[in-house]
Amino acid sequence: MTAMNGHKGVWVFSEVYDLTLEMLGKGRELADKLQTELSAIVIGNNVQDKANELVRYGADKVYLIDHSALEHFQAEAYLGVIQNLALKGLPEILLIGSTRNGKPLAARLSTRLEAGCIPDCIRLSIDDKKRLVGERITYGGNAIAKITFKSKPQIATVPLRAFEKPEKKDHNGQVVKSDFKVEEAKTEVVERRPLETSSVRIEEAQSIVSGGRGLEKKDDIGLLQDLAKILGGQVGCSRPLVEDRKWFTDWIGLSGHKVKPKLYIACGVSGVIQHVAGIRDSKIIVAINKDPEAPIFEVADYGVVGDLYQIVPALRDALKKMLQ
Amino acid sequence: MKRILVCLKQAVDVSQLKVDPATRQLVTAGAPKKISDFDKNALEEAIRIKEKNVGVEVFTLTVSPEDAKAVLREGLAMGADKAYCVIDPAFQGVDTSGTSYVLSEMVGKVGDFDLILCGDSSLDSFSGLVGSRMGELLNLPQITSVKKVVVEGDTVIAERSLEDAVETVKAKMPALLSVTREINQPRIPSLMMIMKASKKEIVAWTLKDLNIPAEKTEAKIEVLEALAPKMERKKIKIAGETVEEIAEKLAKALLQEGVVGR
Repeated sequence: MTAMNGHKGVWVFSEVYDLTLEMLGKGRELADKLQTELSAIVIGNNVQDKANELVRYGADKVYLIDHSALEHFQAEAYLGVIQNLALKGLPEILLIGSTRNGKPLAARLSTRLEAGCIPDCIRLSIDDKKRLVGERITYGGNAIAKITFKSKPQIATVPLRAFEKPEKKDHNGQVVKSDFKVEEAKTEVVERRPLETSSVRIEEAQSIVSGGRGLEKKDDIGLLQDLAKILGGQVGCSRPLVEDRKWFTDWIGLSGHKVKPKLYIACGVSGVIQHVAGIRDSKIIVAINKDPEAPIFEVADYGVVGDLYQIVPALRDALKKMLQ
Repeated sequence: MKRILVCLKQAVDVSQLKVDPATRQLVTAGAPKKISDFDKNALEEAIRIKEKNVGVEVFTLTVSPEDAKAVLREGLAMGADKAYCVIDPAFQGVDTSGTSYVLSEMVGKVGDFDLILCGDSSLDSFSGLVGSRMGELLNLPQITSVKKVVVEGDTVIAERSLEDAVETVKAKMPALLSVTREINQPRIPSLMMIMKASKKEIVAWTLKDLNIPAEKTEAKIEVLEALAPKMERKKIKIAGETVEEIAEKLAKALLQEGVVGR
Protein backbone atom coordinates (compact mmCIF):
# COMPACT_ATOMS: atom_id res chain seq x y z
CA MET A 1 0.00 0.00 0.00
CA THR A 2 2.78 2.40 -0.74
CA ALA A 3 1.25 4.02 -3.79
CA MET A 4 0.63 7.73 -3.34
CA ASN A 5 -2.55 7.70 -5.39
CA GLY A 6 -5.94 6.29 -4.68
CA HIS A 7 -5.91 7.02 -0.97
CA LYS A 8 -8.41 9.53 0.28
CA GLY A 9 -10.21 10.47 3.44
CA VAL A 10 -9.28 11.03 7.05
CA TRP A 11 -10.13 8.24 9.49
CA VAL A 12 -10.01 8.15 13.27
CA PHE A 13 -10.14 5.30 15.76
CA SER A 14 -9.75 4.96 19.50
CA GLU A 15 -11.18 2.47 21.96
CA VAL A 16 -11.53 5.49 24.29
CA TYR A 17 -14.64 7.50 23.41
CA ASP A 18 -13.39 10.94 24.56
CA LEU A 19 -10.22 10.52 22.55
CA THR A 20 -12.29 9.60 19.48
CA LEU A 21 -14.15 12.89 19.87
CA GLU A 22 -10.94 14.89 20.23
CA MET A 23 -9.53 13.27 17.09
CA LEU A 24 -12.77 14.00 15.24
CA GLY A 25 -12.31 17.68 16.09
CA LYS A 26 -8.79 17.72 14.66
CA GLY A 27 -9.74 15.31 11.89
CA ARG A 28 -12.52 17.68 10.69
CA GLU A 29 -9.95 20.43 10.26
CA LEU A 30 -7.55 18.16 8.34
CA ALA A 31 -10.34 16.75 6.13
CA ASP A 32 -11.63 20.24 5.29
CA LYS A 33 -8.14 21.35 4.34
CA LEU A 34 -7.82 18.32 2.04
CA GLN A 35 -11.45 18.69 0.86
CA THR A 36 -12.11 15.10 1.73
CA GLU A 37 -14.34 12.99 3.95
CA LEU A 38 -13.94 12.40 7.70
CA SER A 39 -14.72 8.91 8.97
CA ALA A 40 -14.69 7.26 12.38
CA ILE A 41 -14.48 3.57 13.21
CA VAL A 42 -16.54 2.33 16.14
CA ILE A 43 -15.95 -1.18 17.45
CA GLY A 44 -17.84 -2.68 20.37
CA ASN A 45 -21.02 -4.27 21.63
CA ASN A 46 -24.26 -2.27 21.51
CA VAL A 47 -22.52 0.84 20.26
CA GLN A 48 -25.08 1.97 17.65
CA ASP A 49 -25.96 5.05 19.76
CA LYS A 50 -22.35 6.07 20.04
CA ALA A 51 -21.94 5.67 16.30
CA ASN A 52 -24.95 7.93 15.67
CA GLU A 53 -23.56 10.50 18.08
CA LEU A 54 -20.21 10.64 16.27
CA VAL A 55 -21.98 12.09 13.24
CA ARG A 56 -23.02 15.01 15.41
CA TYR A 57 -19.36 15.46 16.38
CA GLY A 58 -18.45 15.92 12.74
CA ALA A 59 -18.04 12.48 11.14
CA ASP A 60 -19.25 12.20 7.53
CA LYS A 61 -19.17 8.44 7.79
CA VAL A 62 -19.05 6.06 10.74
CA TYR A 63 -17.98 2.47 10.18
CA LEU A 64 -19.87 0.50 12.80
CA ILE A 65 -18.67 -2.92 13.87
CA ASP A 66 -21.09 -4.09 16.53
CA HIS A 67 -20.79 -7.57 17.98
CA SER A 68 -20.95 -9.20 21.40
CA ALA A 69 -17.47 -10.70 20.86
CA LEU A 70 -16.01 -7.19 20.54
CA GLU A 71 -17.22 -5.72 23.83
CA HIS A 72 -13.70 -5.45 25.25
CA PHE A 73 -10.55 -4.39 23.47
CA GLN A 74 -8.80 -7.39 22.01
CA ALA A 75 -5.68 -6.61 20.00
CA GLU A 76 -5.92 -9.09 17.12
CA ALA A 77 -9.69 -8.79 16.70
CA TYR A 78 -9.61 -4.98 16.59
CA LEU A 79 -6.50 -4.99 14.41
CA GLY A 80 -8.06 -7.35 11.86
CA VAL A 81 -11.23 -5.27 11.65
CA ILE A 82 -9.38 -1.99 11.07
CA GLN A 83 -6.93 -3.57 8.63
CA ASN A 84 -9.78 -4.91 6.49
CA LEU A 85 -11.64 -1.62 6.52
CA ALA A 86 -8.46 0.26 5.57
CA LEU A 87 -7.64 -2.14 2.73
CA LYS A 88 -11.09 -1.54 1.26
CA GLY A 89 -11.49 2.16 2.06
CA LEU A 90 -7.88 3.27 1.47
CA PRO A 91 -7.73 6.29 3.80
CA GLU A 92 -4.94 8.79 3.25
CA ILE A 93 -4.75 9.62 6.96
CA LEU A 94 -5.48 7.35 9.91
CA LEU A 95 -5.40 8.81 13.41
CA ILE A 96 -5.24 6.26 16.24
CA GLY A 97 -5.62 7.10 19.92
CA SER A 98 -2.28 6.77 21.68
CA THR A 99 -3.28 4.68 24.67
CA ARG A 100 -1.41 1.70 26.10
CA ASN A 101 -3.54 -0.49 23.84
CA GLY A 102 -3.88 1.93 20.94
CA LYS A 103 -0.21 2.53 20.30
CA PRO A 104 0.77 -1.12 19.74
CA LEU A 105 -2.36 -1.38 17.60
CA ALA A 106 -1.10 1.51 15.46
CA ALA A 107 2.37 -0.03 15.22
CA ARG A 108 1.00 -3.38 14.10
CA LEU A 109 -1.46 -1.82 11.68
CA SER A 110 1.35 0.27 10.17
CA THR A 111 3.38 -2.89 9.63
CA ARG A 112 0.47 -4.74 8.04
CA LEU A 113 -0.33 -1.81 5.74
CA GLU A 114 3.39 -1.15 5.06
CA ALA A 115 2.83 2.37 6.29
CA GLY A 116 4.83 4.95 8.18
CA CYS A 117 3.73 5.91 11.66
CA ILE A 118 4.34 9.05 13.73
CA PRO A 119 3.51 8.39 17.37
CA ASP A 120 2.21 10.78 20.05
CA CYS A 121 1.53 13.83 17.91
CA ILE A 122 0.76 16.94 19.93
CA ARG A 123 0.10 18.98 16.79
CA LEU A 124 -1.07 17.96 13.32
CA SER A 125 -1.28 19.95 10.12
CA ILE A 126 -1.33 19.64 6.34
CA ASP A 127 1.63 21.04 4.41
CA ASP A 128 1.61 22.63 0.95
CA LYS A 129 2.24 19.21 -0.63
CA LYS A 130 -0.93 17.99 1.09
CA ARG A 131 1.08 15.74 3.39
CA LEU A 132 0.24 15.23 7.05
CA VAL A 133 2.81 16.84 9.36
CA GLY A 134 2.96 15.65 12.95
CA GLU A 135 4.83 17.31 15.80
CA ARG A 136 6.06 15.29 18.72
CA ILE A 137 8.29 15.61 21.75
CA THR A 138 11.55 13.79 21.30
CA TYR A 139 15.06 13.45 22.80
CA GLY A 140 13.60 13.25 26.29
CA GLY A 141 11.89 16.62 25.99
CA ASN A 142 14.93 18.39 24.54
CA ALA A 143 13.28 18.87 21.16
CA ILE A 144 10.04 18.99 19.27
CA ALA A 145 10.33 17.17 15.96
CA LYS A 146 8.27 18.06 12.91
CA ILE A 147 7.83 14.92 10.85
CA THR A 148 6.01 14.10 7.63
CA PHE A 149 5.31 11.04 5.50
CA LYS A 150 6.78 9.63 2.30
CA SER A 151 4.01 7.11 1.64
CA LYS A 152 0.34 6.48 2.29
CA PRO A 153 -1.63 5.74 4.36
CA GLN A 154 -0.22 8.22 6.85
CA ILE A 155 -0.72 6.83 10.34
CA ALA A 156 -0.33 9.04 13.41
CA THR A 157 -1.15 8.37 17.04
CA VAL A 158 -2.69 11.06 19.21
CA PRO A 159 -2.54 11.26 23.01
CA LEU A 160 -5.53 12.13 25.16
CA ARG A 161 -6.12 15.89 25.62
CA ALA A 162 -3.80 16.95 22.79
CA PHE A 163 -6.78 18.41 20.96
CA GLU A 164 -10.07 20.01 21.99
CA LYS A 165 -13.30 18.09 21.95
CA PRO A 166 -15.51 19.63 19.22
CA GLU A 167 -19.00 21.06 19.75
CA LYS A 168 -21.92 18.77 19.10
CA LYS A 169 -24.08 20.06 16.26
CA ASP A 170 -26.27 19.00 13.37
CA HIS A 171 -24.22 17.39 10.63
CA ASN A 172 -25.02 15.17 7.69
CA GLY A 173 -23.35 11.81 7.93
CA GLN A 174 -24.10 8.14 7.59
CA VAL A 175 -23.51 5.13 9.80
CA VAL A 176 -22.36 2.12 7.79
CA LYS A 177 -22.66 -1.32 9.35
CA SER A 178 -19.60 -3.17 8.20
CA ASP A 179 -18.85 -6.83 7.67
CA PHE A 180 -16.01 -8.31 9.60
CA LYS A 181 -14.48 -11.55 10.73
CA VAL A 182 -12.97 -11.88 14.17
CA GLU A 183 -9.26 -12.62 13.94
CA GLU A 184 -8.12 -15.22 16.43
CA ALA A 185 -6.46 -13.88 19.59
CA LYS A 186 -2.79 -14.71 20.16
CA THR A 187 -2.88 -13.84 23.87
CA GLU A 188 -5.38 -14.40 26.64
CA VAL A 189 -6.32 -11.85 29.28
CA VAL A 190 -6.74 -13.92 32.43
CA GLU A 191 -7.40 -11.10 34.85
CA ARG A 192 -8.18 -7.40 34.75
CA ARG A 193 -7.93 -5.38 37.93
CA PRO A 194 -9.19 -1.80 37.66
CA LEU A 195 -6.84 0.66 39.34
CA GLU A 196 -8.14 2.64 42.25
CA THR A 197 -8.07 6.10 40.81
CA SER A 198 -9.55 9.31 42.01
CA SER A 199 -12.79 10.29 40.33
CA VAL A 200 -11.01 12.77 38.04
CA ARG A 201 -8.08 11.80 35.84
CA ILE A 202 -5.06 14.00 36.42
CA GLU A 203 -5.16 15.02 32.74
CA GLU A 204 -8.54 16.62 33.44
CA ALA A 205 -7.49 18.58 36.52
CA GLN A 206 -7.67 22.37 36.24
CA SER A 207 -4.98 22.76 38.85
CA ILE A 208 -2.26 20.40 40.04
CA VAL A 209 -0.03 20.63 43.08
CA SER A 210 2.91 18.32 42.57
CA GLY A 211 5.67 17.13 44.85
CA GLY A 212 9.23 16.04 44.19
CA ARG A 213 12.32 14.95 46.05
CA GLY A 214 12.01 18.01 48.28
CA LEU A 215 9.29 16.21 50.26
CA GLU A 216 10.87 14.53 53.26
CA LYS A 217 8.29 11.92 54.21
CA LYS A 218 5.16 10.35 52.81
CA ASP A 219 2.85 12.07 55.30
CA ASP A 220 3.93 15.44 53.92
CA ILE A 221 1.81 14.78 50.83
CA GLY A 222 -0.97 16.02 53.11
CA LEU A 223 0.44 19.56 52.79
CA LEU A 224 0.04 19.37 49.03
CA GLN A 225 -3.44 17.89 49.38
CA ASP A 226 -4.51 20.80 51.59
CA LEU A 227 -3.40 23.29 48.96
CA ALA A 228 -4.95 21.26 46.12
CA LYS A 229 -8.24 21.16 48.01
CA ILE A 230 -8.44 24.96 48.21
CA LEU A 231 -7.77 25.10 44.46
CA GLY A 232 -10.23 22.31 43.64
CA GLY A 233 -7.32 20.50 42.05
CA GLN A 234 -5.33 17.32 42.34
CA VAL A 235 -1.98 16.17 43.70
CA GLY A 236 0.69 14.77 41.41
CA CYS A 237 4.38 13.99 41.65
CA SER A 238 7.64 13.63 39.77
CA ARG A 239 9.16 10.27 38.99
CA PRO A 240 11.50 9.81 41.99
CA LEU A 241 8.49 9.68 44.32
CA VAL A 242 7.26 6.65 42.35
CA GLU A 243 10.49 4.89 41.41
CA ASP A 244 12.62 5.49 44.48
CA ARG A 245 10.14 6.08 47.25
CA LYS A 246 7.05 4.21 46.04
CA TRP A 247 4.72 6.84 47.50
CA PHE A 248 2.67 7.07 44.33
CA THR A 249 1.95 4.74 41.42
CA ASP A 250 1.95 7.38 38.67
CA TRP A 251 4.12 10.33 37.86
CA ILE A 252 3.89 13.40 35.68
CA GLY A 253 6.43 13.64 32.90
CA LEU A 254 7.34 12.53 29.42
CA SER A 255 7.09 8.83 30.25
CA GLY A 256 4.14 9.33 32.60
CA HIS A 257 1.12 11.61 32.55
CA LYS A 258 1.32 14.67 30.34
CA VAL A 259 -0.83 17.41 31.81
CA LYS A 260 -1.96 20.88 30.86
CA PRO A 261 -3.82 22.43 33.78
CA LYS A 262 -4.50 26.13 34.15
CA LEU A 263 -2.23 26.11 37.21
CA TYR A 264 0.69 23.80 37.99
CA ILE A 265 2.46 24.26 41.31
CA ALA A 266 5.73 22.31 41.58
CA CYS A 267 6.83 21.89 45.19
CA GLY A 268 10.34 20.60 45.75
CA VAL A 269 10.51 19.41 42.14
CA SER A 270 13.94 20.03 40.59
CA GLY A 271 12.59 20.18 37.04
CA VAL A 272 14.58 17.72 34.96
CA ILE A 273 13.76 17.99 31.27
CA GLN A 274 11.65 14.80 31.25
CA HIS A 275 9.39 16.23 33.94
CA VAL A 276 9.15 19.57 32.18
CA ALA A 277 8.09 17.81 28.97
CA GLY A 278 5.04 16.56 30.83
CA ILE A 279 3.92 19.99 32.06
CA ARG A 280 4.99 22.29 29.24
CA ASP A 281 1.48 23.09 28.08
CA SER A 282 0.29 24.25 31.51
CA LYS A 283 -1.02 27.80 31.47
CA ILE A 284 0.81 29.03 34.57
CA ILE A 285 3.65 27.20 36.28
CA VAL A 286 4.69 28.02 39.85
CA ALA A 287 7.91 26.68 41.34
CA ILE A 288 8.65 26.44 45.04
CA ASN A 289 12.14 25.14 45.76
CA LYS A 290 14.87 25.93 48.24
CA ASP A 291 17.61 25.52 45.62
CA PRO A 292 17.83 28.81 43.68
CA GLU A 293 19.70 26.95 40.91
CA ALA A 294 16.95 24.34 40.38
CA PRO A 295 16.12 24.15 36.63
CA ILE A 296 12.39 24.32 37.41
CA PHE A 297 12.78 28.11 37.87
CA GLU A 298 13.77 28.41 34.19
CA VAL A 299 10.38 27.12 33.10
CA ALA A 300 8.23 28.75 35.76
CA ASP A 301 6.10 31.87 35.53
CA TYR A 302 6.37 32.48 39.26
CA GLY A 303 9.20 31.21 41.41
CA VAL A 304 9.68 31.24 45.15
CA VAL A 305 13.08 30.32 46.51
CA GLY A 306 12.23 28.96 49.91
CA ASP A 307 11.16 26.10 52.12
CA LEU A 308 8.07 24.39 50.79
CA TYR A 309 7.16 23.39 54.34
CA GLN A 310 6.62 27.09 55.10
CA ILE A 311 5.49 28.41 51.72
CA VAL A 312 2.85 25.79 50.87
CA PRO A 313 0.75 26.18 54.05
CA ALA A 314 1.10 29.98 53.87
CA LEU A 315 -0.04 29.98 50.25
CA ARG A 316 -2.99 27.80 51.18
CA ASP A 317 -4.01 30.27 53.91
CA ALA A 318 -3.56 33.29 51.64
CA LEU A 319 -5.66 31.71 48.87
CA LYS A 320 -8.30 30.61 51.32
CA LYS A 321 -8.66 34.16 52.56
CA MET A 322 -8.85 35.63 49.06
CA LEU A 323 -11.25 33.08 47.67
CA GLN A 324 -13.74 33.43 50.51
CA MET B 1 13.11 -22.84 27.72
CA LYS B 2 16.38 -22.30 25.91
CA ARG B 3 16.95 -18.85 24.58
CA ILE B 4 15.92 -15.24 25.14
CA LEU B 5 16.68 -12.49 22.63
CA VAL B 6 16.89 -8.90 23.85
CA CYS B 7 16.85 -5.88 21.54
CA LEU B 8 19.31 -3.22 22.67
CA LYS B 9 19.35 0.24 21.18
CA GLN B 10 22.35 2.51 21.43
CA ALA B 11 20.61 5.75 22.33
CA VAL B 12 21.71 9.33 22.81
CA ASP B 13 22.01 10.07 26.53
CA VAL B 14 19.30 12.74 26.54
CA SER B 15 20.29 14.03 29.96
CA GLN B 16 23.60 15.19 28.48
CA LEU B 17 22.30 16.80 25.28
CA LYS B 18 23.20 20.40 24.62
CA VAL B 19 21.20 22.91 22.64
CA ASP B 20 22.66 25.66 20.48
CA PRO B 21 20.81 28.67 21.92
CA ALA B 22 21.08 30.68 18.67
CA THR B 23 19.53 28.09 16.36
CA ARG B 24 17.68 25.91 18.92
CA GLN B 25 19.33 22.95 17.17
CA LEU B 26 20.41 19.98 19.28
CA VAL B 27 24.13 19.30 19.35
CA THR B 28 23.93 15.56 18.66
CA ALA B 29 27.41 15.24 17.14
CA GLY B 30 29.62 13.73 19.82
CA ALA B 31 26.75 13.46 22.30
CA PRO B 32 27.34 10.57 24.73
CA LYS B 33 25.53 7.31 23.95
CA LYS B 34 24.35 4.52 26.20
CA ILE B 35 22.03 1.50 26.28
CA SER B 36 18.51 2.87 26.04
CA ASP B 37 17.08 2.74 29.57
CA PHE B 38 14.02 0.58 28.87
CA ASP B 39 16.14 -1.90 26.89
CA LYS B 40 18.38 -2.24 29.92
CA ASN B 41 15.32 -3.24 31.94
CA ALA B 42 14.51 -5.80 29.23
CA LEU B 43 18.04 -7.23 29.44
CA GLU B 44 17.95 -7.30 33.24
CA GLU B 45 14.69 -9.24 33.13
CA ALA B 46 16.14 -11.72 30.63
CA ILE B 47 19.15 -12.30 32.87
CA ARG B 48 16.88 -12.84 35.89
CA ILE B 49 14.91 -15.46 33.94
CA LYS B 50 18.18 -17.10 32.93
CA GLU B 51 19.32 -17.22 36.55
CA LYS B 52 16.14 -19.07 37.49
CA ASN B 53 16.17 -21.46 34.53
CA VAL B 54 19.34 -23.49 34.05
CA GLY B 55 20.61 -23.69 30.49
CA VAL B 56 18.93 -20.55 29.17
CA GLU B 57 21.05 -18.35 26.90
CA VAL B 58 20.56 -14.61 26.50
CA PHE B 59 21.56 -13.01 23.18
CA THR B 60 21.35 -9.31 22.42
CA LEU B 61 20.44 -7.77 19.04
CA THR B 62 21.51 -4.28 18.03
CA VAL B 63 21.25 -2.27 14.82
CA SER B 64 23.09 1.01 14.56
CA PRO B 65 24.45 3.40 11.95
CA GLU B 66 27.71 3.68 13.90
CA ASP B 67 30.00 1.73 16.18
CA ALA B 68 28.13 0.39 19.20
CA LYS B 69 30.80 -1.84 20.77
CA ALA B 70 30.68 -0.10 24.15
CA VAL B 71 26.95 -0.71 24.40
CA LEU B 72 27.31 -4.34 23.29
CA ARG B 73 30.11 -4.91 25.82
CA GLU B 74 27.99 -3.43 28.60
CA GLY B 75 25.19 -5.84 27.74
CA LEU B 76 27.61 -8.74 27.86
CA ALA B 77 29.02 -7.50 31.18
CA MET B 78 25.50 -7.42 32.64
CA GLY B 79 25.19 -11.11 31.79
CA ALA B 80 24.23 -11.61 28.13
CA ASP B 81 26.02 -14.56 26.53
CA LYS B 82 26.48 -13.25 23.01
CA ALA B 83 25.83 -10.03 21.12
CA TYR B 84 24.65 -9.76 17.53
CA CYS B 85 24.83 -6.50 15.66
CA VAL B 86 24.30 -4.95 12.27
CA ILE B 87 26.38 -1.79 12.09
CA ASP B 88 25.84 0.03 8.82
CA PRO B 89 26.01 3.73 7.94
CA ALA B 90 22.97 3.06 5.75
CA PHE B 91 20.93 3.05 8.98
CA GLN B 92 21.15 6.81 9.28
CA GLY B 93 17.58 8.03 8.89
CA VAL B 94 16.00 4.58 8.96
CA ASP B 95 12.62 4.69 10.70
CA THR B 96 10.78 2.19 12.90
CA SER B 97 9.59 0.30 9.83
CA GLY B 98 13.15 -0.41 8.60
CA THR B 99 14.58 -1.02 12.08
CA SER B 100 11.92 -3.58 12.95
CA TYR B 101 12.42 -5.28 9.58
CA VAL B 102 16.18 -5.69 10.07
CA LEU B 103 15.77 -6.85 13.68
CA SER B 104 13.24 -9.48 12.63
CA GLU B 105 15.59 -10.71 9.90
CA MET B 106 18.34 -10.96 12.54
CA VAL B 107 15.99 -13.03 14.69
CA GLY B 108 15.44 -15.33 11.73
CA LYS B 109 19.17 -15.82 11.24
CA VAL B 110 19.93 -16.38 14.94
CA GLY B 111 17.45 -19.27 14.94
CA ASP B 112 15.28 -20.76 17.67
CA PHE B 113 14.16 -18.70 20.66
CA ASP B 114 11.48 -18.70 23.31
CA LEU B 115 11.18 -15.01 24.16
CA ILE B 116 12.06 -11.68 22.65
CA LEU B 117 12.26 -8.85 25.18
CA CYS B 118 12.30 -5.19 24.17
CA GLY B 119 11.98 -1.87 25.95
CA ASP B 120 8.54 -0.28 25.66
CA SER B 121 10.14 2.82 24.12
CA SER B 122 13.60 4.20 23.45
CA LEU B 123 15.25 6.87 25.55
CA ASP B 124 15.96 9.24 22.66
CA SER B 125 13.29 8.95 19.96
CA PHE B 126 10.65 7.60 22.37
CA SER B 127 8.51 6.20 19.55
CA GLY B 128 7.60 2.90 21.15
CA LEU B 129 6.76 1.20 17.85
CA VAL B 130 9.66 -1.12 17.03
CA GLY B 131 8.76 -3.95 19.42
CA SER B 132 5.16 -4.21 18.25
CA ARG B 133 6.17 -3.90 14.59
CA MET B 134 8.69 -6.75 15.08
CA GLY B 135 6.10 -8.92 16.79
CA GLU B 136 3.83 -8.39 13.82
CA LEU B 137 6.55 -9.20 11.24
CA LEU B 138 7.44 -12.38 13.13
CA ASN B 139 3.76 -13.21 13.65
CA LEU B 140 4.30 -13.68 17.39
CA PRO B 141 1.97 -13.25 20.35
CA GLN B 142 2.95 -9.92 21.89
CA ILE B 143 2.41 -8.32 25.28
CA THR B 144 3.28 -4.65 25.77
CA SER B 145 3.69 -2.36 28.82
CA VAL B 146 4.86 -5.32 30.87
CA LYS B 147 5.77 -4.73 34.51
CA LYS B 148 6.07 -8.34 35.68
CA VAL B 149 6.96 -11.62 33.94
CA VAL B 150 6.62 -15.24 35.00
CA VAL B 151 7.59 -18.19 32.80
CA GLU B 152 5.75 -21.48 33.39
CA GLY B 153 6.61 -24.33 31.04
CA ASP B 154 5.86 -23.17 27.51
CA THR B 155 3.72 -20.24 28.70
CA VAL B 156 4.64 -16.71 29.64
CA ILE B 157 2.40 -14.81 32.06
CA ALA B 158 2.81 -11.06 32.20
CA GLU B 159 1.29 -8.14 34.04
CA ARG B 160 0.56 -5.08 31.92
CA SER B 161 0.13 -1.54 33.23
CA LEU B 162 -2.76 0.15 31.51
CA GLU B 163 -4.12 3.64 32.15
CA ASP B 164 -6.99 2.41 34.31
CA ALA B 165 -6.21 -1.21 35.07
CA VAL B 166 -3.59 -3.90 35.49
CA GLU B 167 -4.06 -6.86 33.18
CA THR B 168 -2.61 -10.33 33.58
CA VAL B 169 -2.03 -11.77 30.12
CA LYS B 170 -0.96 -15.25 29.08
CA ALA B 171 0.74 -16.30 25.85
CA LYS B 172 2.31 -19.44 24.47
CA MET B 173 5.98 -19.06 23.69
CA PRO B 174 7.67 -18.05 21.47
CA ALA B 175 6.37 -14.58 22.27
CA LEU B 176 7.50 -10.97 22.29
CA LEU B 177 7.24 -8.77 25.36
CA SER B 178 8.01 -5.09 25.73
CA VAL B 179 8.74 -3.92 29.25
CA THR B 180 8.38 -0.71 31.24
CA ARG B 181 10.92 0.70 33.65
CA GLU B 182 8.80 -0.42 36.61
CA ILE B 183 9.73 -4.04 35.99
CA ASN B 184 13.12 -4.06 37.73
CA GLN B 185 16.24 -2.17 38.71
CA PRO B 186 19.00 -3.11 36.25
CA ARG B 187 22.24 -4.33 37.81
CA ILE B 188 25.52 -2.49 37.53
CA PRO B 189 28.18 -4.93 36.30
CA SER B 190 31.14 -5.56 38.62
CA LEU B 191 34.73 -5.27 37.42
CA MET B 192 34.86 -9.07 37.37
CA MET B 193 31.82 -9.24 35.07
CA ILE B 194 33.30 -6.59 32.80
CA MET B 195 36.54 -8.58 32.51
CA LYS B 196 34.64 -11.79 31.79
CA ALA B 197 32.61 -10.05 29.12
CA SER B 198 35.71 -9.16 27.12
CA LYS B 199 35.99 -12.85 26.22
CA LYS B 200 32.40 -13.15 25.02
CA GLU B 201 31.57 -13.15 21.34
CA ILE B 202 30.22 -10.22 19.32
CA VAL B 203 28.82 -11.28 15.95
CA ALA B 204 28.79 -8.45 13.42
CA TRP B 205 26.68 -8.69 10.28
CA THR B 206 26.12 -6.34 7.39
CA LEU B 207 22.83 -5.68 5.62
CA LYS B 208 24.28 -7.74 2.77
CA ASP B 209 24.89 -10.75 5.04
CA LEU B 210 21.19 -10.66 5.83
CA ASN B 211 20.20 -10.23 2.15
CA ILE B 212 18.10 -7.22 2.98
CA PRO B 213 16.81 -5.41 -0.12
CA ALA B 214 17.39 -1.65 -0.01
CA GLU B 215 13.69 -0.81 -0.24
CA LYS B 216 13.03 -2.57 3.08
CA THR B 217 15.05 0.01 4.96
CA GLU B 218 13.70 3.03 3.09
CA ALA B 219 12.12 5.41 5.58
CA LYS B 220 8.39 5.98 5.28
CA ILE B 221 8.59 9.14 7.33
CA GLU B 222 10.89 12.14 7.12
CA VAL B 223 12.00 14.42 9.95
CA LEU B 224 11.67 18.00 8.72
CA GLU B 225 13.17 19.60 11.82
CA ALA B 226 13.90 18.91 15.48
CA LEU B 227 14.29 22.04 17.53
CA ALA B 228 14.47 22.80 21.23
CA PRO B 229 11.02 23.91 22.34
CA LYS B 230 10.46 27.53 23.12
CA MET B 231 9.49 27.90 26.74
CA GLU B 232 8.35 31.43 27.07
CA ARG B 233 7.66 31.77 30.72
CA LYS B 234 7.48 34.88 32.82
CA LYS B 235 10.18 33.76 35.28
CA ILE B 236 9.06 36.22 37.96
CA LYS B 237 10.75 35.61 41.31
CA ILE B 238 8.58 36.39 44.31
CA ALA B 239 10.38 37.43 47.46
CA GLY B 240 9.43 39.17 50.68
CA GLU B 241 10.29 39.85 54.30
CA THR B 242 8.09 37.11 55.68
CA VAL B 243 6.63 33.85 54.45
CA GLU B 244 3.14 35.37 54.75
CA GLU B 245 4.10 38.30 52.56
CA ILE B 246 5.49 35.98 49.87
CA ALA B 247 2.39 33.81 50.01
CA GLU B 248 0.11 36.81 49.72
CA LYS B 249 1.97 38.23 46.73
CA LEU B 250 1.90 34.84 44.99
CA ALA B 251 -1.79 34.30 45.72
CA LYS B 252 -2.60 37.76 44.35
CA ALA B 253 -0.60 37.11 41.19
CA LEU B 254 -2.41 33.81 40.60
CA LEU B 255 -5.76 35.48 41.11
CA GLN B 256 -4.85 38.14 38.54
CA GLU B 257 -3.79 35.43 36.07
CA GLY B 258 -7.29 34.02 36.40
CA VAL B 259 -6.02 30.53 37.27
CA VAL B 260 -7.58 30.25 40.73
CA GLY B 261 -11.15 30.55 41.88
CA ARG B 262 -14.18 30.77 39.68
